[in-house]
This record gives sequence, structure tokens and C-alpha cells, in this order.
Amino acid sequence: MKAPDFVYVRPGSIAEALALLADTDADATPLAGGQSLMPMMNFRVAAPGKLVDLNGLAELRGLRVENGMVRIGAMTRYAELLASDDIRENIPLFGLALPHVAHAAIRNRGTIGGSVALADPAAEIPALLLVLEAEIHMQGLAGTRAIAAEDFFLGLYETALQEGEIVTEIVVPARKTTEQFGFYEFARRHGDYAMAGVALKVGGPDHCRIGFFGVADRAIRATRAEVAYRDGGVPAAMAALDDLPFDGDLNAAAKTKRHLAGIALKRAFEGIS
Amino acid sequence: MTQTQTISLTINGEAVTATVPVRSNLVDFLRNDLGLTGSHVGCEHGVCGACTLEVDGAMIRGCLMLAVQADGATVTTVEGLADSPRGQALRDAFHRRNALQCGYCTPGMLASALEYVEAGRPADRAAIREHISGNYCRCTGYQAVVDAICDLIGQGAKA
Ligand SMILES: Cc1cc2nc3c(=O)[nH]c(=O)nc-3n(C[C@H](O)[C@H](O)[C@H](O)COP(=O)(O)OP(=O)(O)OC[C@H]3O[C@@H](n4cnc5c(N)ncnc54)[C@H](O)[C@@H]3O)c2cc1C
Ligand code: FES
Ligand code: FES
Repeated sequence: MKAPDFVYVRPGSIAEALALLADTDADATPLAGGQSLMPMMNFRVAAPGKLVDLNGLAELRGLRVENGMVRIGAMTRYAELLASDDIRENIPLFGLALPHVAHAAIRNRGTIGGSVALADPAAEIPALLLVLEAEIHMQGLAGTRAIAAEDFFLGLYETALQEGEIVTEIVVPARKTTEQFGFYEFARRHGDYAMAGVALKVGGPDHCRIGFFGVADRAIRATRAEVAYRDGGVPAAMAALDDLPFDGDLNAAAKTKRHLAGIALKRAFEGIS
Repeated sequence: MTQTQTISLTINGEAVTATVPVRSNLVDFLRNDLGLTGSHVGCEHGVCGACTLEVDGAMIRGCLMLAVQADGATVTTVEGLADSPRGQALRDAFHRRNALQCGYCTPGMLASALEYVEAGRPADRAAIREHISGNYCRCTGYQAVVDAICDLIGQGAKA
């Protein structure tokens, strides 16, 4: 189908974009890569009155490494992240995971900020940010604020983002030399949304962070499994997943997700680098 | 009331200026307004890859980009590829290896294949399959498409 009618504006600055988004009567919505919003509009499950295209905002593009932090503009595209030497060196987990986000043509347009704002439960980015202890920076007419990824993803397509606010920047601590990373996902076809997946950061035999996606209503940290890993290694972590709020979907029942989560975790640990 | 906007862009080497409804996506604009029906439309939600074309040197989904967003861009469709040396070699490889039957997926498949080959990537069947995973083909079973891409890379290596 075709998208329902809308008004289109392409602001030249963040200030202008925020002023446009504040017009709640117009039902204004930011447009980033369009790789989720456009399909939703073409399906007519989304019908924003006004599209505020963020693609003209150079302030939201690109990344830099500063004081041990990688600061990534919200409008930076997956393909740009994959091609970046700064990312390869400082966020190796992105290199393991991003090739699994959709397909090459979609990665040429889709943005990290779009994935954060959308909060699809099966998307990779939110789980990666949980594991990496990233911070999400937002801006609205009232000012700017930052929230830990852990407090940002609240539920199914639900985040801490307020009406009229945009995601401006994702700030990720650069890897420490002692850290290793793992990633594994089950998908029906390469590039499809995952049926179950997991990302890992291992700081040593007594410390890891585990983030699952595609298994519940949002990306979720497995804190009990993290503790179990410290005491009993990978088998203990695999056995400590029962308290996660597994949700079935079109692909698999909750019980299958529980099973796949355990196997994904094992394989992610086997592949850490 | 439908908002319209005037855009100027380069399509297959030619400068084009047109007034488009803002809700029109790029592939509909190319097909319906300009008669460039080489790019196909299947699903209109980014899944099938039939509408894949090149904008500013990168392949994108023509159904997920608005025509107004292509203002100032350089667009290459399968019609533009057909006339270019880079497209000719690719077309020959697809022909030689029987990499199409009905041809519905082919314009998008060629755009994807070209991005892979021009990035200088190797004739690695698994990597090629991964790269074209976003292009559905209901006829060939992909085997012949991978053959054609490998063929083309092999030729480049020999030249
Ligand atoms: C065939 C297909 C397969 C896919 N497979 C995967 C997959 O395997 N894994 C995966 O993670 N994703 C997948 N995607 C989705 C893709 O990754 C999207 O690009 C991403 O989810 C959204 O990013 P976007 O930049 O395209 O955002 P858009 O589609 O433009 O926007 C998405 C939502 O976020 C809002 N938004 C965007 N940017 C901001 C901002 N800066 N501030 C506030 N709000 C904002 C928009 O208003 C909209 O509601 C797939 C998409 C397709 C079409
Ligand atoms: S028509 Fe664009 S991907 Fe199917
Ligand atoms: S040749 Fe028919 S769909 Fe690919």
C-alpha cells in the first residue's frame, strides 16, 4: 500500500526540528532512516500528520572518540558504523552484531538513533547498548538530558523519550583491553529480525554483562545469569535464565524462546573475542 | 490537499527537475512520473528488494525513501546500468550463468551485486549470499545468481 497523506518538513537545525515537533496538533513525527517508519506508514499502521525529516541535520551525524567515550550522533547509519575504524577499535561488539541488522541496503539508510527510539524488542541495538553500559542523550524544548540505556527501554516500543524530544547522541564507553565480547542470534534468514539473540561483555572470570533481544517485550539484561556465571561459569549462566519474562511471538512460543536463549548464550560464550 | 515539492536530481546521468507529491516514494516517482519501469515494486515495506536502486553510490530501498528526499541526489536505476560498462559486464555474467528467469527480482539483484563487486569483495559464496539476503528471488534458487557474481569477480581478478 501507499503511505497516507502527510505534511513534509526538512528542518536545518535541531532547534528548528524541536519547534516543529512541539506542534502536537499536527501529530508531528521525526523521520530518520525511514526503514521502520516508512513500512509502518505504507502498511497504514502509522499515519503521522507531519513528518519532520532529520536527514538534513549534520549535527546529528558522525562519531568521535573523546575521553574514553565514543559519542555517536543519532543519525549515524549502520553502514557508517560498520565502516568506521574508530568503531572497530573501540566498540568491537558492534562489528560482531551489526552485520545481523537487516540487509545491506537497509543498513545504508537505517540509523542507530532510529533503532533506539523505536525500541523494537527483537532489534539488536538496544541489547548491545545495555551490555555496553551506554547512555542515551535526548533533547527537547525544555533542554537536554541523558539516561542510562538500562533505564531507557521500558517495554514494547516504549522508551523514556518524551513527546517532542529527539534522541541526539549515543555515548558508549570505549573497550578496555581486558574486555571480550560475544554475540549470537537465531534468525530464520540472515538479516531477519532475531527469534532470540544475545550480546555479551566479559570483563574476566568473575564479571560479565548479558543482554538478550527477541525473547521478551524489550531488550533485557539477564542479571541472575551474570551472577551465576561468576560462581559457576557458562553452564550455571545457562541454567539461570528462568526468571526472564519470555514472551512468545509469531516465530516461537515462550518455551522455545527460553530454549533458544540458552543455546544462544552458550554459542556467544564459545565465540568471545 | 496533497503537499507537493519541486526537486532537482541526476538520474542515470541526466539532470531532472520535477514537482512531486511529498508522499510519493522514490520508486513510484521513477516508474510513474518518469516511465523508468525497470525498478520493480513488490512488497512496499522493504522486505523483497525488488525496488533496490543506487542513490549517491549506495544501494537503497526505493520504496522506503521519499522522492523529495532524493532532491540533489545522483540516482542510478537498472536503465542507467544497462548503458554503462560496469552494468554491461554484470548483465553478461547474469545472462551467461542463467541468473534470472522471470526477471522480477533482477533490477534489484543487479544493484546489490554491483555494490558487492565494486567494494572489491571476494568470490566467497557465503559472503555473497549474505550480501544478497535482502533480495528475494522466487525463480532461481539463488545458486545461479551467486555463480554470476563469482564469475564477474573472477574475470576482474584475471584482467
Ligand atoms: C526488511 C527489514 C528488515 C529489518 N531487520 C532488522 C533487524 O534484523 N534488526 C533491527 O534492529 N532492525 C531491523 N530493521 C529495522 C531497521 O533497523 C530500522 O532502520 C530501525 O529500526 C529504525 O531506524 P531508522 O533510522 O530507519 O528509523 P525510522 O524508521 O525513520 O524511525 C523509527 C521510529 O523512531 C523515531 N525516531 C527515529 N529517529 C529518532 C530520533 N533521533 N529521535 C526521536 N525519535 C526518532 C521515528 O519517529 C519512528 O517512530 C529491518 C527493517 C527492514 C525494512
Ligand atoms: S518493494 Fe521495496 S523492498 Fe519490496
Ligand atoms: S528471476 Fe524470477 S524472481 Fe528472480
